[in-house]
Amino acid sequence: MSIPKEYTDYIDWDRLPHLWCPGCGNGIALKSAAIVLAKLGISPDNALMATGIGCSGRAGQYVSFHSFDGTHGRTLAFCTGINAAQPELTIIAFLGDGDCGAIGGNHLLHAARRNVNITVLEINNFNYGMTGGQFSPSTPVDSISSTSRQGKGEYSMDMCSLVAEAGANYVACTTVYHTAELNRFIKEAISTPGFSFVEIASSCPTYYGKYNNIGGAPEMMEWLKEKALRMEEYKKLPIEEKQKHLPRGKLVHRDREDFHTMNMKQISI
Amino acid sequence: MKKMFVQGNTACALGAFMAGARFFAGYPISPASELAEYCSEELPKLGGIYLQMEDEIASIAAVIGASLGGMKAFTATSGPGMSLMQENIGYASMAEVPCVIFNVQRFGLSTGVATSPGQSDIMQARWGRHGDQTIIALTPASVQECFDLTVEAFNLAERFSSPVIVLSDACIAHLRERINIFEPEELKIIERRKPDVSPKDYRPYLPDKRGVPTLSHYGGKHILKTTGLVHTETGHPSSKTEVCASLMDRLEMKIEEYQDELPPPKYYGIKDAETVLISFGISSRAAREAVHRANLAGFSVGLIQLQTVWPFPEAVIAEYCSKALRIIVVEMNRGQITREVERIISKPVEVHPLLRTDSNIFYPEEVLEKIKGVQK
Repeated sequence: MSIPKEYTDYIDWDRLPHLWCPGCGNGIALKSAAIVLAKLGISPDNALMATGIGCSGRAGQYVSFHSFDGTHGRTLAFCTGINAAQPELTIIAFLGDGDCGAIGGNHLLHAARRNVNITVLEINNFNYGMTGGQFSPSTPVDSISSTSRQGKGEYSMDMCSLVAEAGANYVACTTVYHTAELNRFIKEAISTPGFSFVEIASSCPTYYGKYNNIGGAPEMMEWLKEKALRMEEYKKLPIEEKQKHLPRGKLVHRDREDFHTMNMKQISI
Repeated sequence: MKKMFVQGNTACALGAFMAGARFFAGYPISPASELAEYCSEELPKLGGIYLQMEDEIASIAAVIGASLGGMKAFTATSGPGMSLMQENIGYASMAEVPCVIFNVQRFGLSTGVATSPGQSDIMQARWGRHGDQTIIALTPASVQECFDLTVEAFNLAERFSSPVIVLSDACIAHLRERINIFEPEELKIIERRKPDVSPKDYRPYLPDKRGVPTLSHYGGKHILKTTGLVHTETGHPSSKTEVCASLMDRLEMKIEEYQDELPPPKYYGIKDAETVLISFGISSRAAREAVHRANLAGFSVGLIQLQTVWPFPEAVIAEYCSKALRIIVVEMNRGQITREVERIISKPVEVHPLLRTDSNIFYPEEVLEKIKGVQK
């Protein structure tokens, strides 16, 4: 199969228009992944878009390469088997915050610990959008959602720090507003062997934006721009203040031995 | 072919290796752990992969993933782990991913008795997932059958592009018997089918005339798209009523209409007997001995030993029971197969359950007593 030069070749245009709401950040993240695949010259038959359940779960049907749409939260466990069988395959797991941090939290930690060769793009839209805007582990404290009308009474989850501690080779976070940075991070993530994790704060004007009076699509973009602080500044904030901001930057970039390399050492022939 | 004196769990692993399986993912659980232990030692020697996952949900997920990557893959568990695997087994049925799941049945509900045998996961194997579906489930009754039916299970998984469940139990799993281990070249092995169209024309869920799709694998030239959502022949999601209807029909038809390809029941004792026993797994061993003794004592008794419990072999059972006046179902549960027999056998044939749910296995004496007790 010839290797496409343009990101457009990684998109299945016959499947459009997509079902995502106007102003949703999923399209920006998906385009960024396609741009990086084209830039890195990865053949479509050697790339897999793996998704779970929810808004992000529909990404696979819009790409021209292999796709896997799994059960809720379990995508990284499926990908662990896929990677074992096809170690050369570039696996992009395009997952939501609920998929990664709630129902799939355990698999996230263990995939990072094993350092499986997967790039996770965690699209953090701060809620369960597909099913009506309920709060997720990543929803900031006090936020309104369809299951926290009085304001969410729990702190949110710092998934990047968890994944970094668990053993991932690459961890970074940014937003769908900061597209140049997003492209750079995804490129570094895919290029780094082992487990890579990029948290992408995304816009959900339909639910999170509406419930929390942020406004429509343009206002949500402004909101992401203003809320995001560089990692050094963000780290200095007390936990209560952190809830009001989003970090952007790199947490980890290292070269621990990956899952496949360690598996091969077990095989004696 | 070589002779080996091994336990049931080991025979299952050996059957898997000979069938070409090179990927195991599992989570330790009694009484299935020896199967994982044996795989952890032997698979790397064969160039295969043993993965110990974080739980049973991840184990079956990794197995499905490896199968979609082109490998023959399997897992082994018991009751509690089998319950956790259900959602992803449903995924494998829906996305038509070949794989084999060993459920080494242990006693009871919930955590039950971890080291005692059970036969009470029969209906779970059939209906454990949400949604309508057809599943294949096999029940070995000896260590030799652990080997033979495992080879068969991998073949059926490929033939039908479907998960296949092997239901052994703690007793068969730990029983040691001298068996024949056949090499791959001595066996009929079904390999994964390869698409015979160009990548451009490939549709992963286009069924052949028997209703079975030809799945490519991730990393292959033929682009594979899988989902647990209702999907079209291209693997793209659809909620159209006609797509829903034809997919549900095909998933059932592709197995139900080819039941004669599944391992048939074995019959022991007097043909066309007045009293027919129906049993499977470890219980059928006691039933077989009881039938033997009853025949010597002059009773007209036979035994149907099920090798396939799902789909339930209705036609063959009806044929074997054509002259029967009464049927005795011998099983270690509260009547899961009895209910199936009652469903297909019409009066005046009597159906007598012989059930045991005290965590112990049947002994020939109590089966013989039952045979005598139901005679008129």
